[in-house]
Amino acid sequence: MTSATLTSGATLGSQRVSEDVRYHEDAIRLFVIAAVFWGVVGFLAGTFIALQLAFPALNLGLEWTSFGRLRPVHTSAVIFAFGGNVLLATSLYSVQRTCRQHLFGGEGLAKFIFWNYNVFIVLAALSYVMGFTQGKEYAEPEWILDLYLTVVWVLYAVQFIGTVMTRRESHIYVANWFFMAFILTVAILHIGNNVNVPVSLFGMKSYTYVSGVQSAMVQWWYGHNAVGFFLTAGFLGIMYYFVPKRAERPVYSYRLSIVHFWTLIFLYIWAGPHHLHYTSLPDWAQTLGMTFSVMLWMPSWGGMINGIMTLSGAWDKLRTDPVLRFLVTSVAFYGMSTFEGPLMSVKPVNALSHYTDWTVGHVHSGALGWVAFVSFGAIYYLVPVLWKRSQLYSMRLVSYHFWTATIGIVLYITAMWVSGIMQGLMWRAYDNLGFLQYSFVETVAAMHPFYVIRAMGGVLFVTGALIMVYNLWRTAKGDVRIEKPYVTTPHKATVGAA
Amino acid sequence: MDLDSITVMLRSFWTVWLMLLLTGILVYAMWPGNRRTFDDAAQIPLKDDGQEL
Repeated sequence: MTSATLTSGATLGSQRVSEDVRYHEDAIRLFVIAAVFWGVVGFLAGTFIALQLAFPALNLGLEWTSFGRLRPVHTSAVIFAFGGNVLLATSLYSVQRTCRQHLFGGEGLAKFIFWNYNVFIVLAALSYVMGFTQGKEYAEPEWILDLYLTVVWVLYAVQFIGTVMTRRESHIYVANWFFMAFILTVAILHIGNNVNVPVSLFGMKSYTYVSGVQSAMVQWWYGHNAVGFFLTAGFLGIMYYFVPKRAERPVYSYRLSIVHFWTLIFLYIWAGPHHLHYTSLPDWAQTLGMTFSVMLWMPSWGGMINGIMTLSGAWDKLRTDPVLRFLVTSVAFYGMSTFEGPLMSVKPVNALSHYTDWTVGHVHSGALGWVAFVSFGAIYYLVPVLWKRSQLYSMRLVSYHFWTATIGIVLYITAMWVSGIMQGLMWRAYDNLGFLQYSFVETVAAMHPFYVIRAMGGVLFVTGALIMVYNLWRTAKGDVRIEKPYVTTPHKATVGAA
Repeated sequence: MDLDSITVMLRSFWTVWLMLLLTGILVYAMWPGNRRTFDDAAQIPLKDDGQEL
């Protein structure tokens, strides 16, 4: 490690210290293109199945286009195709800069990972439409595809951790800790949850090795930690690099980021049982899951405060930089959904919320507000840098994207709150003779207007994403839109004082 | 007392060991002498971006 020689030049901040580092960027450009492509595909799929729920005729009477087969296409496309490519792009981009080192294994390995990861996604999507599934939430691909993904993931781990190990910066920056926790834990989760026995050597069908309530517990150990380590730890890595970078200020408190990391890692892994309240899972395990979920409030909010307060003293940038607005709003949504999650994990609340649309709304306030928004912010930052453009094609279009998507999210989550709580209350309503007051189909009919509102929210979210595609396309071409720029005007009080 | 029973005994206190480990991490993060190191570490993303290939 040549940290001693480097730090002599790296007193603080602005000096050029890395004159001899040449970063790899070809594969990262590919990851960004794939992320944007899969994002649009995934959002479209989600909007289509939302419309199917509102108007069942859209199932088209075909098995391949039925809700049951398209839903995993949507979840996998947004989580693993969009989110996965975003994480690969941002992690491999920022690890080079925070370690002052090019990629371990070079451009060749990165491109190998790119093509194989995306071929895996295409094969997985095709297999769902054809009707092959393990039937496990967020882990639908059958055993042969699981094995393929394992190989690709291990190569990604080698490339990322190899880069960290050959770093020329003595300290491992906090974003890299989050990315490494994400890569390592997802590997363990993926293998642990997919211990399956194939029916035949050349057939797709397999059965899980564990059965009964143990199988359910393994599934939600995987499912909740996929949320905790894929959709949270990984994207927190993005937050800890791109928010300071875009705000041009160091993170609010580096010490808090260390506490944030370790408390999150300690607590998240225990929270899975809250998905199995009031089931045959032992009561003590349910209470354990609930307790750890409630404790997660603290690291989550510590992290949110750390992200948002990074702007302390530079709040005006929110007005003049819509890209930073995406990043900071995402952290606010992170705070909101990590408040809602522990609340819903409390057993009496869960008795009302579980199996209702409230859960769906909660997932989407995290997925759209936190994961997608922090991704958009990072993509808007990356495209001009990676395509060597001085600026984005249009900042106004970024702002239009921001507001379109935000209104879409608000429509989505408010519709699901009302629909979900109504659904939960209808399910538990008794008449004065002790009979259930409503039949199931009556609750479905009552939810129809909210399904329509939710689908409209989805349409707005897709529209915003298409605005982004156009903006990024023109940026890559090198165009600059003629528009009124966002100007930083001095604060009135300051002017008056001067 | 053989090694197995000692292991079992120690393992039953796992919450205590985890708590100690976490306390150690918190002390490390908050230790006044580490302030400079962490202030420097916070600057890492803001340093020069280097050359692109």
